[in-house]
Amino acid sequence: MNQGFISIIKRSSMLFSIEVNNKVITAQRGETILECLKRNGVFVPTLCHIEGYSPTGACRICVVEVEGRPDLVPSCSHPVEEWMKIKTHSPRVIRARRAIAEMLLSNHPDDCLYCGRNGNCELQNLAIDLNLREKRFSGSKNTLKNDYASVSIMREPSKCILCGRCVRLCETEQVVAAVDFIGRGNQMTIGTSYNHGLSSRNCHHCGQCILICPTGALSEQQHIAKVQEALHNPEKHLVAQFSPALSVGLNENLGIKAGKTADHIIVAALSKIGFSKVFDTGLATDLNILENASLLAKQIREGESMPMFTSCCPSWLHYAETFHPSILPCISPVLSPQQIMSVLIKKIYASEMRLRAEDIYTVGLMPCTAKKYEILRQEMLIDDLNMTDAVLTTRELARFIKLYGIDVNNIEPMLPHSPFHIRSTAAKLYGVSGGVTEAILRTVYFLLTGVELEPYKIGEVRSGSGPKFFTMEAGKYKVKTAVVSGMSQVQKLLKEIEAGKKNLNFIEVMACPGGCINGGGQKIGASDKDIKTRSKVLYEMDEKENIRVAHKNPIVHELYQKYFDAPLSNKAVEFLHRRRLEKKMEGNEQIL
Amino acid sequence: MSKETKKNRNPYIADILLIPPDQYSHQTAERVALLRREKVERPTIFVGAGTCGMIAGASQTMLSIQMYLNDHLMKADVVEVGCIGLCQFEPIVDVQLPGKNRISFKNITPEKVYSLLDAVFNNTIDSVDVLGQFESRHLVPWEDVPFINRLPFFKKQKRLVLENCGLINPSSIEEYLARGGYKAYAKAIQNYTSTEICEIIEQSGLRGRGGGGYATGKKWMIARQTQSDQKYLICNADESDPGAFMDRALIEGDPHKLIEGIAIAAYAVGASQAFIYIRSEYKKAIQTLKNAIDSAKEFGLIGSNILDSSVNFYLNIKMGSGAFVCGEETALINNMEGRRGTPEPKPPYPATQGLFSHPTVINNVETLANVPLIIQNGPTWFAGLGTPTSHGTKVFAVTGKVEYNGLVEIEMGRSFREIIYDICGGIKDFKDFKAMQIGGPSGACLGEACLDLHIDYESLKQEGAMMGSGGLVVMDESACMVDIARFFMNFLQHESCGKCIPCREGTRRMWEILESITKKPVEGQEHQSLERFKGVLMLEELATVVAETSLCGLGKTAPNPVISTLRYFRDEYEEHIFERKCRANVCNGLRTFYIHTEKCTGCTICYRKCPTSAIIGTQRNPHFIVQDKCIGCGICYDVCKFDAVSVH
Repeated sequence: MNQGFISIIKRSSMLFSIEVNNKVITAQRGETILECLKRNGVFVPTLCHIEGYSPTGACRICVVEVEGRPDLVPSCSHPVEEWMKIKTHSPRVIRARRAIAEMLLSNHPDDCLYCGRNGNCELQNLAIDLNLREKRFSGSKNTLKNDYASVSIMREPSKCILCGRCVRLCETEQVVAAVDFIGRGNQMTIGTSYNHGLSSRNCHHCGQCILICPTGALSEQQHIAKVQEALHNPEKHLVAQFSPALSVGLNENLGIKAGKTADHIIVAALSKIGFSKVFDTGLATDLNILENASLLAKQIREGESMPMFTSCCPSWLHYAETFHPSILPCISPVLSPQQIMSVLIKKIYASEMRLRAEDIYTVGLMPCTAKKYEILRQEMLIDDLNMTDAVLTTRELARFIKLYGIDVNNIEPMLPHSPFHIRSTAAKLYGVSGGVTEAILRTVYFLLTGVELEPYKIGEVRSGSGPKFFTMEAGKYKVKTAVVSGMSQVQKLLKEIEAGKKNLNFIEVMACPGGCINGGGQKIGASDKDIKTRSKVLYEMDEKENIRVAHKNPIVHELYQKYFDAPLSNKAVEFLHRRRLEKKMEGNEQIL
Repeated sequence: MSKETKKNRNPYIADILLIPPDQYSHQTAERVALLRREKVERPTIFVGAGTCGMIAGASQTMLSIQMYLNDHLMKADVVEVGCIGLCQFEPIVDVQLPGKNRISFKNITPEKVYSLLDAVFNNTIDSVDVLGQFESRHLVPWEDVPFINRLPFFKKQKRLVLENCGLINPSSIEEYLARGGYKAYAKAIQNYTSTEICEIIEQSGLRGRGGGGYATGKKWMIARQTQSDQKYLICNADESDPGAFMDRALIEGDPHKLIEGIAIAAYAVGASQAFIYIRSEYKKAIQTLKNAIDSAKEFGLIGSNILDSSVNFYLNIKMGSGAFVCGEETALINNMEGRRGTPEPKPPYPATQGLFSHPTVINNVETLANVPLIIQNGPTWFAGLGTPTSHGTKVFAVTGKVEYNGLVEIEMGRSFREIIYDICGGIKDFKDFKAMQIGGPSGACLGEACLDLHIDYESLKQEGAMMGSGGLVVMDESACMVDIARFFMNFLQHESCGKCIPCREGTRRMWEILESITKKPVEGQEHQSLERFKGVLMLEELATVVAETSLCGLGKTAPNPVISTLRYFRDEYEEHIFERKCRANVCNGLRTFYIHTEKCTGCTICYRKCPTSAIIGTQRNPHFIVQDKCIGCGICYDVCKFDAVSVH
């Protein structure tokens, strides 16, 4: 049979009707029962299911009754068939679902009140939905040790329900497989290589597993207590900096209307709590843009054949160092915005304010778990001093604000503090995948041609989730760029580059799919729509404000004049670039 | 390889395989007669050297035989054969003298060898060790020796799959060829298209012998019709049920039958590559298979362009890694692909999307061993055997409290009573039959009411059991059914892969409930019986949900031991709960031991052996058991030489 004929047959019989709960609905050939029910507005609970992944059929919560079948059928993995008469909530199904949930709970520590996911837990919701009010099954429970080995992510295996979502995500989306199943039967657990804890080099701290975990088995390493301690220490001068993706994601966590940036609330709330200064990381981002753009412009003028990778994502850096050390020379040497801001605070701000650097306590407010790892990297130890002392994720910040009883609904907004109070909107775009490219290209265009890019908006790098490719023509030069987010995309692109299939000048890499707006520190259980709203806020800000490119930020000029001479000058390299990795290797120091 | 060299390397192929027996040349006929042992030129001694024989000491026996032959400067052939089925009587030694019938002796330990061989060569055999003689048209029978096929053990059996086991040398492909081996394969690839083979198997009504009983022909047809550039056939020899050893015995006794079956199946499915997935514990079987594959390659029956027919067939062995669940098709495939051996949801079934996403047919050893028979004798012959829904024969590994343990092959439709009482000689030590466990750990325990059940797939299903792979464990009155259910539940909770919740958590909770029933009740707790009774009610609900919702066959059948024992032996459960009594005195926690003062001599052996120091007493004075300390282990009962300890 030829292909055309087959496709005609397929198309003609794509749609058919099945009976669900005594109602006839339309089903598409090839889709699973769950997809069909969802499309038709019938809700079936799930635990192990991840949209877009091949089903594993592990949790069995989604079972439905199909007439003529002796057993119950898992709707997530079973395809719809014409003859099917499905009951989604028959007494038999409900009894089975309840029993499965009860079995699960019988091996779950009953410590919801002490759990970080209390109130936002899929297992809790399931128990509520299934109206479980009595503990019928009791027996031995697996007691497992918590895994504190990682600097960014904490695992509590006793809370794990072994749905395997993190395993699948880490293997397919993030391609590192830092966790996998160990053992069998009721002794099965999810563990790391050699059971050495999550400090293994495989894990690049992206924290996507935290977002996908249905229970509290995975969470970030908390820095709240550390910050509190500093706050109560009168000798400490607390300075905070917040990133763009955090401000657009915070509202969801605080329970106020999303779709707005929380910059001013953050400044006001933290000032009230007792922070001396709250800066917008945006200024540091502008410096980062200028350094990167100058470097890229230089490379393009010189006709450098190797591409330049971005360096602002610590997960990506860690991944490259572990799995692709050969491309390390191609990664931009510029520090990440958080690191630059911390250097500005502990070096420049300290001297201007006549403070000792060790008395300043810098807190990064980031949407990211990898930033907790980044602050411990070697290049962040300058003169034996940690440039950033603590990192709070979006979730932690919301908890922190609530802890100090701040009423965010009735708080008077405040602008970020001087001296680092002005930032361009290009810096804000760093929060979304494609934004780094857009921000840097605006400045690169100016550096290469001497005139401003018109219009500033580069639509090609904004839409879509897949790898994005865009070539900008700047006078006689062509700047070929690629935007990838999510490690599976990165891995694919790297393979293509190594095979010589792609010839690029600039590659923006972010470890989390969609960029920092979907970072591992953001709200758990956010929908695709929520994440779109976050990016929309950033793009709207870019439309409305005046300073839209980094090279027009007056404070940036001032800083260069006063301290760093010019982009890529010796002083700029000293303060704003990573210390060279070769140096690190020579000293035989251990890389975190 | 050119045709010439191939012919040079395997002269028998052309002579034996491709010519009908009545057209054999004189030379070939002579050779075939020798290979079929219709005559022997010098004394031939056969030793049962399957795993069961080896465990019974066959290697020592063989050494002894060699020593005897050396001592007497005799020339004789010593041949290692597989298990004939009477594992109880291993090591079995057969002797065939020129011109005389082959005669079989049981339990030949090394020290018996000299007297036995002396007797045989002097024609003065002692009837104690004789098992029987094999019937033969051409040879002189022994006097006063029963014929082996007329013994009760063999009389009611219908040995088709096992026809060669224990008789032929498993390491000799020529012997298999001489007995008509590979004729079915030659017939299949020369006379039939692959679709025709699938149809023949479908007409024969052959059903999977590994568990569910799915129609084999249908499965092959689905895989055949699925479009793919590569297809696979896997023979599932991951036999892990406790007490089941049919596949092992078949592979050790007649490996070429299996290889022939695989070859035909692969041809029918359109698979050029086949695998045998065998558990790594079967060392002997793996070695036998490897040798058999090598010799089949040498004879051009595995490789490319087989019998000049442009059919290619390659066969490899893959050893399992010791997980019970890997006998499940999708887990097996995962394991073969190098991943964790956990089951996957079906559909897609392996027949459409299996190993490396290619259509894959997975068949059990016994299923495949039936295939050459069907091709050779035709589908109607096979369909004529057995019951209307289940055709052919079934091999059972009968173990437990029967007089004769071993492999039994019967026609479908016979009753369990015939297997246990007629073939296997009834219950040992004149005790009463209590239960039989069929189909492995996830099978069922059937009671006396099912003894007259006619064995086929449907009738077993009706009783809540399944054919399974064919393990049959017979229990007498000394078995406690709650304890049996607990044992199998424990096995299953350890062997569950842990992927799906009902199987992972459900088996554990069921086991815990059974544990609590068989444990000593804690004093001072009110309403304990009620709590324990509630446990049983919960057990029923758990069992239903686990069976209904589990991912794979293991989980779906995991509650069977509980469901079936509850169905047939509910009174025992009630006794355990309400009367706190185990009628078989098996459950430690419910046993109470007493020392009879008039019988106790004060030897202090129980006092010294008691692990919890629960026995007090001094020398030559009666001892006494402190019940609070007693854990019911029963050591005092076992060690007492004066029957002074009694149990209630």
